[in-house]
Amino acid sequence: MDDTWTVAGRTFTSRLIVGTGKYKDYATNAAAAEAAGAEIVTVAIRRVNLSDPSQPMLVDYVKPDRFTFLPNTAGCFTGEDAVRTLRLAREAGGWDLVKLEVLSNTKHLLPDMEETLRALKLLIADGFQVMVYCSDDPVYALKLEEAGAAAIMPLGAPIGSGRGIQNMLNLGLIIEQAKVPVLVDAGVGTASDAAVAMELGCDAVLMNTAIAEARDPILMASAMRHAVIAGREAFLAGRMPKRMYADPSSPLAGLI
Amino acid sequence: MNLTINGEARSLAPLPHLAALVTSLGLDPRKVAIERNLEIVPRSAYEQTPVADGDRIEIVHFIGGG
Repeated sequence: MDDTWTVAGRTFTSRLIVGTGKYKDYATNAAAAEAAGAEIVTVAIRRVNLSDPSQPMLVDYVKPDRFTFLPNTAGCFTGEDAVRTLRLAREAGGWDLVKLEVLSNTKHLLPDMEETLRALKLLIADGFQVMVYCSDDPVYALKLEEAGAAAIMPLGAPIGSGRGIQNMLNLGLIIEQAKVPVLVDAGVGTASDAAVAMELGCDAVLMNTAIAEARDPILMASAMRHAVIAGREAFLAGRMPKRMYADPSSPLAGLI
Repeated sequence: MNLTINGEARSLAPLPHLAALVTSLGLDPRKVAIERNLEIVPRSAYEQTPVADGDRIEIVHFIGGG
């Protein structure tokens, strides 16, 4: 089945984007990204370690010629920080497709939507294609889209919480109204959560901790790949209606 | 020559340009991005960019993140 999705003019087959944080080492990380069938990985920008410049580097394992790198602004709390970080990312890798996240505080890591919208406008003015991590608020999601977001990425639950999709109603409203791709970003804990997101009609799912903190990250990556495909196919197939009462699968006529 | 690199004060012998600084720190210039006094320096300009006393240099790279 030819079923692709397109963001900012780039077309992908895999609907699972994986993060590269929290793994015990970059080799496991690379193996998990392969097992997930991912074509896009998120990455962060940080200062190099000057005291040990020979330590392993992400790009030596998770290679930019194999995966599309999606630089993020994790850890940024203002629009200016986000713009500065992504300008450096653009210079480091040459990519203009980026993930914006502007967080409010370190306890729940929920997005600061007012600041996120302001940062989005700064980045678009600077020529970036911006996929935006956001709250599951359909009103703000529309504002982001109107401001030029390349994709809307509402959380299912707080980052790293693994609690699954908390507000299916709001996600449904966001998906219904959006003309750009919608991705559930954050909150997936296990495979069924990813399937639920895809059954709702999301274009893709982005996750990190659910794979990285599984006892066997590579096996969980494979589970997530299957869950995303299963959820997508279920969405395309169109589910049966829910009924109050039973409806027999075997005909009642002709009983002996 | 006194520089602030990634927030750390460093005293170094004078250097002809930014490329020499990157090499002296043991870094691969293809894997980093650099800000000099809050201005991004394109990789193609490292050999034309001077390093002056008092400069604040940020050198970053990609690491794992979500």
